[in-house]
Amino acid sequence: MEGLAFYALCYLAAAVLAVIVSQRVGLGSVVGYIAAGVVIGPVFQISIAGSGYLEQFSEFGIVMMLFLIGLEIDPQMVWRLRGKLLGLGGLQVLATVGAVAAAGLALGFNWQQGLLFGFVASLSSTAIVLQTLEEKGLLKSDGGQASFAVLLFQDLAVIPMLACIPLIAGSGQGASSGHGDAALLENLPGWASAILTLAAVGVVVAAAHFLSRPVFRTIALLGLREVFTAAALLVVVGITVLMSAVGLSPALGAFLGGVVLANSEFKHELQNDIEPFKGLLLGLFFMTIGAKIDPEILLANWLTVAAATFGLIAIKALILLPLAWFFRIRGPAGWLFTLGLAQAGEFGFVLLTIGGDRGLLSPPTVSVSVLIITFSMVLTPLLFALSNRIVVMLERRGRHQRDADQPDAGTIILAGVGRFGQIVNRMLLANGYKPVVLDYRADVVDNVRKFGVKSFFGDAGRPDLLESAGLAHAALLIVAIDDPDRATEIVSYARRSNPGIQIIVRAYDRLHHYKLLDAGADRIVREMFDGSVQAAGMALEALGMHPYEVEKRKIVFVEQDTAGLARMATLVDVDTPAASNPEFVAGFNDIGKVIENAMMGYRSGYDEMVARGWNASDVGSIHVPRSGGPDRPS
Amino acid sequence: MRVLVLFAHPAQRKSSVNVAMASGARQLGGVTFVDLYAEYPRFSIDVDREQRRLMQHDVIVFQFPLFWYSTPALLKQWQDLVLEYGFAYGPKGKTLSEKYAIACITTGGSKSDYSEEGGNRREIRNFLYPLEQTAGLCGMEYLPPFVLHSANHIDDTGAQLHIRAYPQLLAALRDDRFDLAALRQRPTFDSFDLTDLVRN
Repeated sequence: MEGLAFYALCYLAAAVLAVIVSQRVGLGSVVGYIAAGVVIGPVFQISIAGSGYLEQFSEFGIVMMLFLIGLEIDPQMVWRLRGKLLGLGGLQVLATVGAVAAAGLALGFNWQQGLLFGFVASLSSTAIVLQTLEEKGLLKSDGGQASFAVLLFQDLAVIPMLACIPLIAGSGQGASSGHGDAALLENLPGWASAILTLAAVGVVVAAAHFLSRPVFRTIALLGLREVFTAAALLVVVGITVLMSAVGLSPALGAFLGGVVLANSEFKHELQNDIEPFKGLLLGLFFMTIGAKIDPEILLANWLTVAAATFGLIAIKALILLPLAWFFRIRGPAGWLFTLGLAQAGEFGFVLLTIGGDRGLLSPPTVSVSVLIITFSMVLTPLLFALSNRIVVMLERRGRHQRDADQPDAGTIILAGVGRFGQIVNRMLLANGYKPVVLDYRADVVDNVRKFGVKSFFGDAGRPDLLESAGLAHAALLIVAIDDPDRATEIVSYARRSNPGIQIIVRAYDRLHHYKLLDAGADRIVREMFDGSVQAAGMALEALGMHPYEVEKRKIVFVEQDTAGLARMATLVDVDTPAASNPEFVAGFNDIGKVIENAMMGYRSGYDEMVARGWNASDVGSIHVPRSGGPDRPS
Repeated sequence: MRVLVLFAHPAQRKSSVNVAMASGARQLGGVTFVDLYAEYPRFSIDVDREQRRLMQHDVIVFQFPLFWYSTPALLKQWQDLVLEYGFAYGPKGKTLSEKYAIACITTGGSKSDYSEEGGNRREIRNFLYPLEQTAGLCGMEYLPPFVLHSANHIDDTGAQLHIRAYPQLLAALRDDRFDLAALRQRPTFDSFDLTDLVRN
């Protein structure tokens, strides 16, 4: 217990410190984790003490990452990007593998090692690049979309690469490192194991497709958040165990499971639940990588590392740039694409680790290679800065068309599709606007999805869910939930995180109206007000009042009430209870004087307002029937 | 003939003559009476329904108080929406041709106000010219308007005379007892002229 707590302390402290520093400097968390590993590795001997256990644990990070990547895959988007995905991604991977393998051979490595280097070099850092593109708001731009397509292809290409390494390592070598994965299949004939393997994949796909929805919905209806988190983890761990049992890559299984669940309404909820675990475990993984780096090796080989790092970036960039040009990603987008993807990525560590385990590479070679990948990742922010520079230069020369690289226009988020939000949703849809809908009732979400609306299960009050729904780039947020305090929280969070967004919100009552105003809402609707006015109008009509007279009286009533509401806004101090705010109390008695008088029976003021505009200028004697109005100037 | 009365008055609580006229018309059998402000208090006119009504009648009566030398806003809205191209006018818009249009109006100004020498410098028929031309463009025959001047000052006898004359006028149109040839000779007519124009 003591040992475990001590490791946890070291790990968490180093992670927090190093990641904070690394993020501040703009290097991203991956570099921070590796640096933390470098520091604590030698000091606490983590690499030796229980490193096997730690590594196995941290490999869950990779599995979860692939699960999340699978979740991110929207079949429609993949179809839209198919040309870039297969053409651009495929050519990039093939060309890089070829070029780096050739370079490896020229430097005296054998072909297996060259091929492994090629695999490692062909992959870019999904974590760093997507994070950076997202931060800069460039993900939806031409260059960003091309980068995304290539990264997606690379992530998919990892799977055959992982399968390839044991093959090229040869059956004789590295038998020592077997995790005992395929224990179940060892004694079976080839065809039986093949059937079993296929069956396992089938089980994952079928379970994710048919079983997940009812199970998740049941859990969601229970309303126990931690059970949902547990279920999400269960999915990933279950897939891992099943895949390991049949000797397949757990990462592949997790990816498949993710893809199948990508279209589920629980997608955002799953993402949000797995994300922190993935982050921490992936961090642990990067730290174990860092812990394996021997500073002495770096000092002894710094020239090799530096040369290889720049060589790697140069080769990748030289392949990416012409490919981009060929696929009509030119100008600023082309440079963003080329320099953004020129580093090696986190999957390189995985490949190197396995290669080392299988005896393909010697431990010092693995260490040097890890250093090269790390430095290429560290240089990524500089590469993005460089692409920015080039874009500025291009702009000065005016050689490219403007607005080629703009982020997308922005979306509508509708929080809550209950009795209120449903109508908002229907009217928006009828007018050709498709909002992203959030609601915490799974059955409601299900219902809305039938109309092809992007709707997601989850508590709209959770900032991460709002962010996943695209709050940062949304143009309009409509808060239609019935919990007043939650609504206020959402409004103030949204206003802080996206100052330019328009916010329309449903208010519970007058006081809530003022709180929402204070929280930063643009337009506020009192949920009961309009319906009540309608009912009152119907009552007047039923009592025999002329319908147009009723309409005018409704309009004046609403105007007076709204004006009173606005007048009062200046008197409200949301932090002081209304009853103990003398100014508010005085003002409350003052609002809507006209209506209040009319309510007391003194209707002349109200009548005058209603009838204004149809008073004859020269009214004759009383007994004379009157008609007409100002049909002549007086 | 089938008679349709389109009544437009936004402030009926203040009207005596028009509302009294309207109630006479409403009670008349064989005449369709429509209170436009009651049917469309939010100005959202049902165009199909209004066009069907037009097709089902031969005489369209526009009853309204004159506001700023024109129809009340809703009646203008009615014209804008209902008299569609292809329905009321245009090469294929012949639906209203051969029908009659007649305006039955009240004015605040006196008969002398509505003369070349008066404050308004024109006779009343001139102010209704947009309506007259609208009817003409739709292929309808525009009949001289039925007018009550000084509706704000009229004594009770004059008011009652007009209020009683109005349903008689509508009934005469309905029963084809109206001497249209004689009517066409006049610029406008009022309750006193009615005895000369209606056959018994």
